[in-house]
Amino acid sequence: MRYIEPHAHMVSRTTDDYERMALAGCAAVCEPAFWAGFDRSSVDGFHDYFCQLTEHEPKRAAKFGLKHFCWLGINSKEAEDVKLAEEVIALIPQFLKRPNVLGIGEIGLNKNSRNELRVLEMQVELAAKHNQLILVHTPHLEDKFKGTRLILDVFKNDKRIQPERVIIDHVEEHTVEMVLDCGMWAGMTLYPETKCTPARAIDMLETYGHERLWLNSACDWGVSDPLAVPKTALEMKKRGHLAGAIEKVIFANPKSFLRQSGKFKI
Amino acid sequence: MTKQQVLDLYFLNARHQLIEIAAFLDRVERADSKDDFRLKSFRAALAKLDSREKHKAKALLLAFSDPTKRPVAKAAGKSAGGAYPGSH
Repeated sequence: MRYIEPHAHMVSRTTDDYERMALAGCAAVCEPAFWAGFDRSSVDGFHDYFCQLTEHEPKRAAKFGLKHFCWLGINSKEAEDVKLAEEVIALIPQFLKRPNVLGIGEIGLNKNSRNELRVLEMQVELAAKHNQLILVHTPHLEDKFKGTRLILDVFKNDKRIQPERVIIDHVEEHTVEMVLDCGMWAGMTLYPETKCTPARAIDMLETYGHERLWLNSACDWGVSDPLAVPKTALEMKKRGHLAGAIEKVIFANPKSFLRQSGKFKI
Repeated sequence: MTKQQVLDLYFLNARHQLIEIAAFLDRVERADSKDDFRLKSFRAALAKLDSREKHKAKALLLAFSDPTKRPVAKAAGKSAGGAYPGSH
């Protein structure tokens, strides 16, 4: 079995995790820029982080035969400070030509505030200006339904954005349909405690089909499982899904979306 | 999958989770002090389980969700509590 891990925060993971992923059949890992678990005190912290994602982490992954790609942006948890966000966004263009950068992400909303929305719009503007793919984080728990609707409105109102070049991540049963109906891609995140279990993600595949959907672990420094994608593939097999259908969801689909960047070659 | 196959694969786990919910309610009802909005929301969601309607997972997620659409003035903290404190 081969698979792509399209959303993993490997800077927070151990080298052992890279080894386990490689042993499980991972061909490539993609790492969106995200919150470190604490707020960075200045733009310099983001500069160092973007260097880590584009220089250091690909070397760590390569030791296990894994290709490493990344997305750059300021995450919604640090977007309340608009001045800092402006400084971070000004940094990003100098990194966009680096060979493992796939686009702008993960951007989006967390608590659905006015400033978060403003920073999201600024980053959509950046993506449009530089013709970048976009990866969007949707809020957690009770905030997800509202946040997803606000995010979709931002994209619907910007005619420069091609929906098939946007992935809305962390969908659940109450948001997946509205995302697919807009022509965008939807990511299902497999978490042990929140978001989706493997069983529920497969339920959504059986309900909505296999087009424009992918699975990811979003493993980070919290409760998460870097092998969530291959474990879900195993559960699909138990439920009678054919090998071709499983490979489409865990390999071909993310490859189709990511290759639009022009850099995703595996 | 047939119903039999679904039950064979998932019944024991679903039974386990249902008993965990019952034990959680016993635990919270034994505890002192008043309920808060989370428990109210939880009970409202539970009521949706006992129905012949389809899409129960979606209905439960919506029962816990903020149904409004206006952005808030300022993010108060970073985390989410799991239930909407307002009314649907």
